[in-house]
This record gives sequence, structure tokens and C-alpha cells, in this order.
Amino acid sequence: MRRKDWILLGGLLILGLLPLVGEAYTLRLGTMACMYAVMAVSWNVIGGMAGYPSFATAAFFGLGAYTGGVLLAAGSPLTVAIVAAGALAFAGAMLLGAVLMRLRGHYFAIASLAVAEVLRELTNSATDLTGGGMGLNIPLSLSGGAGMMDTATFYFLAMWGLLFIAVIVVGFIERSRLGFGLACIRQNESAADMIGVNSTLYKSLAFAFSGVFVAMAGTLYAGWVHYIEPPDVYDILFAVKPIVMVLLGGLGSTAGAIIGAFTFLGIEEVVWRNYLQVHTGVLGFLVVVLLLFLPHGIVSIGRRVRSLRAGHG
Amino acid sequence: MFTLQILANGVVLGCLYACIAVGFSLVWGVLNVINLMHGSFIVLGSYLAWGAYNALGLSPWASLAIAAPLFYALGYLVQRGVLNRVIAAPVLVTLTLTFGLDLILNNAMLLGFKADYRKLLLDPPLGSVAWGSVVVPVDRIIAMLLALALTAILYVILRKSRIGRAIIAVRLDRDAARLMGVNVATTYAAAFGLGAAMAGCAGVLLALIFPISPLSATPYLGKAFVVCVLGGLGSVPGAVLGGLILGLVESFGAFAFGPEHAVTLSFALLILFLIFRPQGLLGKRGFE
Repeated sequence: MRRKDWILLGGLLILGLLPLVGEAYTLRLGTMACMYAVMAVSWNVIGGMAGYPSFATAAFFGLGAYTGGVLLAAGSPLTVAIVAAGALAFAGAMLLGAVLMRLRGHYFAIASLAVAEVLRELTNSATDLTGGGMGLNIPLSLSGGAGMMDTATFYFLAMWGLLFIAVIVVGFIERSRLGFGLACIRQNESAADMIGVNSTLYKSLAFAFSGVFVAMAGTLYAGWVHYIEPPDVYDILFAVKPIVMVLLGGLGSTAGAIIGAFTFLGIEEVVWRNYLQVHTGVLGFLVVVLLLFLPHGIVSIGRRVRSLRAGHG
Repeated sequence: MFTLQILANGVVLGCLYACIAVGFSLVWGVLNVINLMHGSFIVLGSYLAWGAYNALGLSPWASLAIAAPLFYALGYLVQRGVLNRVIAAPVLVTLTLTFGLDLILNNAMLLGFKADYRKLLLDPPLGSVAWGSVVVPVDRIIAMLLALALTAILYVILRKSRIGRAIIAVRLDRDAARLMGVNVATTYAAAFGLGAAMAGCAGVLLALIFPISPLSATPYLGKAFVVCVLGGLGSVPGAVLGGLILGLVESFGAFAFGPEHAVTLSFALLILFLIFRPQGLLGKRGFE
């Protein structure tokens, strides 16, 4: 492992100490930050490593929230619900990947976007199972009489733990045959096919790994907020935000994705609190400015400043 | 006997869908950009018609003449000022950029017009015509005919006019077109402007039929996607064919499975087409 990776892991461990110092609001922000980071790190597997513009994050999140939510409402323990949601998302993504992953460019982007729409409509119409448009109530499952702070701490640590696992798994993928194969696919897919990379399998695996942790985060979210409804968890913004975070942090690196997620949450929180009426507009403005003026993310600022100095010095 | 009525509804809807999709298809085909603002352009066009009718007493037919140049200018400026800077970037960048622009536009419309549903009510109402058991409102028939006329005008512009030929040349081979003296940046901006003008005009026509709200932008965008994939990218006849298919599928699907499944049905169709016939029914490389 390189020095950068140790810094990343150390930083994450320090973040885990937040419950020692934080109050309820800080813990809520921390939980959101970890959730966003899980999404961004996961998206990086398909979008950054394989170079496929996936808009399926919302689909995975909603699927996980509803799978976990239905199980939790039926009285199963949280761990079972999380594992079930992750397994379903992984299996579903592998199956779907076999067909979706043959598409490229815009066609892939749209097909992946459509998955969330279809799942949302299905969830809406399966009223008996999911409550349909009425939404789904999830009982306050955590050990009966625990106080508000205990619950907040519990869900923060759970989401943080999930982020930690996601970062480690994605790190392994990066260094494995799979990661190497994905890099080949990103650079030249036909050439990767020629040298014997099983590209459909690899891309499907990348798609599945981009979904499994997001689905688990969805289950945690459902347990955390106690009430979910289809427009809330299948929100198209959940498909776009991870992309903005990764672009914000710098495409292709796990550390960049996490930094991007935290920065994004910070900006979002400030905008939400001060300019509720125009918060989507401000988000849009941020996206436009970012893409036009900072296409390689925050990480590139240092590099740019150095090259400017070198140029003028 | 129901069948004929559903058929008539489907055809009316289909012609309007064709008009929604043809500008979207032009931009996608020529610039290789998916313009996620297309739905908001349509809604903005509807607001223009609504405002012109209620504030100035201008009939929607007259609004068309205002909407076309206004939206052409808007599209031209957006392409020239913003999109053109990243036109050569990967799909992800252009797609996300238009998404960001759409967030701004949609938020502005929410602030300006609120999320209330509005309706353009003609006074006096035009009534409806009946052939046997089939009843169709007159305003829908006029909207349908105008939608077809607009689509035909775009077809003629692309085939006969100088800028239309330039657009097709750039789509076929950008580098060769540049060598022949075609200004690619201007051509891109013109294509984007034409796409926006079609969206704005479609919005004016839709104001006669559907309630107007910023929330309708996404469904319109979804329809444009589906029509493009069904009919095939890069052809006006393809957009008409795709529009008609979608209109008929939605009408008959709503009748057979219930209206709440119309969206699922059209997206299922979309995914099937993407897998088995991604070039669509009439797709081709040139834009004719």
C-alpha cells in the first residue's frame, strides 16, 4: 500500500470518532456524508474505472431501501435485511448487466436511467407489498427503548462501517485482475476484447459492485428515516449527485470520490439552509461551473497552481 | 367501437409526440448531445402560449410565430455560450452539463410560475367533431395538424436550405464538412437552435391539450427519448413513426392494463428496443 492509501484509511478511522464529540445534528450530517461517499465510491467502479456513464445509482438505492424496508417491516433483523438487499442488487445487476452492458455511450446512459423509472413504477403498483404511493413505514427497530442519541450514533456507525468496507473492497478491485481489465475496457474496449478480457463479464461485475453497497446504504437509510416512498428513494437526483461528487473530487480515484462527496454535502447543506427556494438552481449552477472551469476536480487545483507558477517563474 | 376511438386518440397523441421528439433527435443526432433541457423548453413554450393568451389576448397560433424565433435564439445562445466549450468531451460531461442547465431553468420556472397546474382555456371553446362513435375535440385536431406541419417544415429546412444541408453534412462527416468550408460551431448552434425552436413550438401546441406545470418537463423528456429510440436516431420520418407507435402503444396499453402502467409499458418497450434494435426502425447515419 502506498502512503496515499494509508492517509485515506487513517482519515476514515478518525471520522469514526465523530460520536465522541458530535451532537445529533453533527451525527446526522456525518451519516449523510458517509452515505454520499458510499454512492460516490461505488459509482467510481463503473463510471471511473470502466468509463461507463451509469445513471443506475438511484435504482440500486431505491431497490435496497425497499428490499430492506419490506424485510424490516416484516420484523427481520437489520443485518439480514442489509445482506438480502446487497445480494438482490448484486444478482439483479449481474443479470441486467448481461444485456445493458452491450450498449455504449448515450444508449447505456439512458437505459440505466430507465431502470430506476421502471423500478419506481413497479414499486408504486405493488401496493400490497410496498404500500405503493402511500409509502412504507418501518418500525423503530433498534432495541426498543434506546434514546435518540443512541439511534443517531448507531446509524452513523453503521453507515461509516459500510463506507469503510466499500473503500476496502473497491481498493482490492482496483488492484485485482478485474480492475486491470476495467482499465483496459475504459481505454479501448475492442482491444481489450482482442487480448482476451471477457469484457461483458467484467463490465457486469463492475456494474454489480457499483450497486451492492448503494443498495445496502439504501436499507440503512430506510431503517434510519423510518419512512420511505417511491419518489423519495428512486429520486433521479440520487443518480446524478454521485457523478457530480466524483467530478468534484476528480474522476477515477477513491480518495477523490470521498473528498468530492464531503465537499458536495457541505455545499448542499449551506445552500439548503440559506436558499431553500433556489437550491436546485444553485446545484445546477455548481454543476455547470464545475464542468466548464474545473473539469478535473478539486484535486487538480494544486496541480494547476504549480504548473502556473512553473510557467511564470 | 371503442377500438376506433382509442385509435384516434393514439394518432393525435402520436403526432404531438413526433413534434416533441424531432428536435431532440436532431440535436442528439447532429451534436451527439442528449439535451436534458428539452422537456423544460417544451414547458417554457407552453407558458409562453398561456401568458400571451391571457395577458395579450394572442391566440396560440400567433404565439407559434413568436415562439419559433425566440426559442431558436435561446438555443443558439446556449449552444454557442456554454455547450460548445465541452462539445468534444465524453458523453458523461455533456450529459451532466445539460442536466445542470436544466436544474437552473426548471428552478427558475418554479420560482416564476409556481408549481400550480395551469390550463390554457380558449374562449369560446372550439367544441368537438364526431364521426359515428368517434369524438375528437377540435383543438386537438388543430394541434395535431400544426404539429405535423411543423415537422414537415423542419424536414424541408434540412433538405432544401443552405444551413440544413450544412447540418446534414456536419452530421455525416464533421471533418470533411469543415474542409468544404462549413463553419462547424455555427452549424452546431443552428442545429441546437432548431431543436429548441421545435421544443418551444411543441410546447405552444401542448398548452392547448395538457395542463401546464414545470413538473411536466421530465415526462416530456422521457417521451422524446422513447420516440427517438423507437423510430431511430437521425431521421424526421423515424421520429414521426416512433411518435405514432408510442402514441398508439400508450393509448391501447392504458386501455388494456390501466393508465397507471403506461409509463412502465413505454420504458419496457424502450429497453427491448435498446437491446434488440438499438438503431431503431428507421435510423441512419445522415439526417434526412
